[in-house]
Amino acid sequence: MTKSKTTEALEDTGRFLDDRLRAARAVRSALRKLYPDHWTFLLGEIALYSFVILLLTGTFLTFFFQPSMSEVIYHGIYTPLRGVRMSEAYASTLNISFDVRGGLLMRQIHHWAALLFMAAIFVHMLRIFFTGAYRKPRELNWLIGIVLFTLGLVEGLFGYSLPDDLLSGTGLKITQGVLETIPIVGTYASFFLFGGEYPGNLIIPRLYVIHVLLIPALLLGLISAHLFFMYHQKHTQMPSKGRTERNVVGAPAYPYFAAKTSAFFLFIFAVLALMSTFAQINPIWLYGPYNPLAITAGSQPDFYLGPLEGALRIMPAWEWNVFGHTFAFNVFIPALVPLGIIFTGAALWPFLEQWITGDRREHHVNDRPRNAATRTAIGMAAVTFWGVLWLEGANDVIADQLQIPLFTLTWIARFAVILGPIIAYWVTKRICLGLQRKDAHLLEHGVETGIIRQLPSGEYVELTKPVDEDKRAVLEYGRVGAPQLTGPPTDADEVPAPGTRGPLGRMRTRLDRVITEGIPIEADGHGNGHGDGHGDGNGHGNGHGSPAAVTAGEQEGARPAEPSGTDGEDAAH
Amino acid sequence: MQGSGEQFPPGDGAEEPRESRAPHRVVGTPQSARARTLLEAPPQEDRRPERWLPAEPSNLDQAKRAERLVAALFILSMLASIGFVAAYVGLEVHSVVATQRSNLALGVSMSVAFGALAVGVVIWVRYLMPKVELTEERKPLASSPKDRAEFDKDFTEGAEASGFVKRPLLRRTLIAASVPLAVAPLVILRDLGPLPGTSLRHTVWRKGLRLLVFGPNTPLRPADFAIPGQMITVVPDGYQDNLDALAKAATIIIKFGPGQLRPPTVMNWTVDGIVAYSKICTHVGCPVALYEQTTHNILCPCHQSTFDATRGAKVIFGPAARPLPQLPLGTDAEGFLVATSDYHEPVGPSFWERG
Repeated sequence: MTKSKTTEALEDTGRFLDDRLRAARAVRSALRKLYPDHWTFLLGEIALYSFVILLLTGTFLTFFFQPSMSEVIYHGIYTPLRGVRMSEAYASTLNISFDVRGGLLMRQIHHWAALLFMAAIFVHMLRIFFTGAYRKPRELNWLIGIVLFTLGLVEGLFGYSLPDDLLSGTGLKITQGVLETIPIVGTYASFFLFGGEYPGNLIIPRLYVIHVLLIPALLLGLISAHLFFMYHQKHTQMPSKGRTERNVVGAPAYPYFAAKTSAFFLFIFAVLALMSTFAQINPIWLYGPYNPLAITAGSQPDFYLGPLEGALRIMPAWEWNVFGHTFAFNVFIPALVPLGIIFTGAALWPFLEQWITGDRREHHVNDRPRNAATRTAIGMAAVTFWGVLWLEGANDVIADQLQIPLFTLTWIARFAVILGPIIAYWVTKRICLGLQRKDAHLLEHGVETGIIRQLPSGEYVELTKPVDEDKRAVLEYGRVGAPQLTGPPTDADEVPAPGTRGPLGRMRTRLDRVITEGIPIEADGHGNGHGDGHGDGNGHGNGHGSPAAVTAGEQEGARPAEPSGTDGEDAAH
Repeated sequence: MQGSGEQFPPGDGAEEPRESRAPHRVVGTPQSARARTLLEAPPQEDRRPERWLPAEPSNLDQAKRAERLVAALFILSMLASIGFVAAYVGLEVHSVVATQRSNLALGVSMSVAFGALAVGVVIWVRYLMPKVELTEERKPLASSPKDRAEFDKDFTEGAEASGFVKRPLLRRTLIAASVPLAVAPLVILRDLGPLPGTSLRHTVWRKGLRLLVFGPNTPLRPADFAIPGQMITVVPDGYQDNLDALAKAATIIIKFGPGQLRPPTVMNWTVDGIVAYSKICTHVGCPVALYEQTTHNILCPCHQSTFDATRGAKVIFGPAARPLPQLPLGTDAEGFLVATSDYHEPVGPSFWERG
């Protein structure tokens, strides 16, 4: 076959570049890089592509938006507001919405993309947490992710404050009110941010430069680092036959991943365009310009700030006035503590888990959430905590829709925010252990076939057939539990491991037993998690005192997806 | 493109078209030395497997159908993009309805342009590309001990060569120089805003300043506001367009019948059952705009702090910790409602220096 003109042109280009860059080797390895596949891996991509779309649409908007609080009289085509005094920021946003072709579409895509960005990060983080994908070596990327999420919250808040409409101005007033109550520095922080008393005429230009330059630059840098780490460390993979901690199974970047991910970007753009065409978002022309005297009922922030709003709403009215100073606990506690607990807890968790379990190995195969019952339960408790606060952020709307008295609803939320996570923890843990028990049963006894056979002795038995290999690989992965550095410390024959001594060590041992609680798989089919025998059973698996336990754990870790997991368990006995 | 790839043909210049060459080389890579020699190809076992990826999908009939479908989707996308441009050019925006029309046309054509392309590429990948699942080994992420040792050595040697370790004078003076350098950028932020001073303790209300009805901006006589249960927003005369002043000075007045007002409402500050409270919520500063006549509750729509208007606006529910401050009212010589002083305590949210 004759080489086509295109091939020749490509070769010429390639040669030109390679003569100057010596990139063939590096690019080839990038082309051949394997990408494991799982639908949840798309969550991060949704966030990434939403961000790209935010940059594109945001750039368009900056061409028309005037970040100025100078007052003007509106003369545009939206008649209800003609002749009204408003800030230039609001007038230019009206202008983008009505007088610029495609302006409304771009504004709505920008807003929808911001919501999708935050939602995708949120679900992506939950996926990472519940499957244990944050474990070594990916802790750094987990931390970057938390910073990205936090920056996203601020970026979103500042972004929707820019149009200077009544709703956004109310949000800004709340932000300022919260800032003012922070002990010692609050008043100064507020005066410095706003350039004096609220509202002043500097806040919109300042928020603008933070929104279009400062935070996007940080986001861009951190996202680049996030992607570089991900690329360098490679994706995790879901447990399945043939996948181990030492390999990557997937399709190469070129052409498979490249084509799929490009299509996915286009798909997200299409969905956002479709939503922005038919689903109106933030119709600022209905709210009118900001005025500190006016407000509408049902004022809510965008969804990702809901928990902050909810926390402000349920907080009891606690305030101290001592030594000539005011401690407004009713404001700065809900503003700082709930999200502080979530973010700090999330940031510390990977290291805490490592310390408690002593598991410092690399993990590349994800856990099934059920197999890490305690982690899953903690995650669900956090989700419940977040969820109650989030719902309470719309308590007026919920009270109205469900015809529940508002104060009753707030009282329910005050209890639910404490009790909900506890119940969620307990229920999740029981469900996880139940699912583990079911899996263990399948592995030990096989799948029921429904065929009854009579034995020569006259006995009737039901035939079972062993779980097929693919399923077995999934069911067995991660079942033996994280290695227990501590071992069973009460065993009289054993010398307690160094990590278990002292009050800290004893606490660690106790926590370890909670964290690694699970139903062991026993090949002989006996003693399978009767009642609450789980923690104990786990101990048996590695019951050789601490050094041996570590070794056993490491061996398991080295070949977790091999179908010999059950045998390994045997050997440990 | 169907080159068997069984072996390298002898002798091949880049210009010389050979059937089986193209698929084996990644575009952009230099030709191997072997490709430029006239010698026979080396023995088979020296070479890596010829094909890494299969050239064809397993189901060719399905692929053929998929190809047509994908092409159709690409054409649809093309038409939609053209439609997008046409809609931009053709649909002017000179009224709200025209804007709606333009938005609809642009949005739909854009969605279809992106969507059809996306679906087309996905079908292409699924049905036209051969399915592969490849495995490669992961290299451990930690560097080898040898690499680490070499790094340590180089790093130490560099540190020694720089003299950073053995010249403490340089080291300490460098640190001494960098500390104030780090403080400087913080200092220049000082002029971001004025210091708070006592500004949060005052509003523009003062003795004799008339209350204007918010909106029409007209002064008000007690007789004009005689129906119990009414609530209106008032602003200080002369500041009706000053948002900075109004952000603190916004006030509500409510009319009560005789005997309805009770302590701790300051009776001396009311006129004919008309009581004035700050409209700025003591929680985080939203305007308290909702008033329920039957219960006399003032409700903040932001976080539902609820105040009893008959009892000095004391908090009966919600996160606000303090009552809404009461504005002393009187009447001037012409009988219009006026303030007799500023608020006696800071309005709005708490702050550290409030005390």
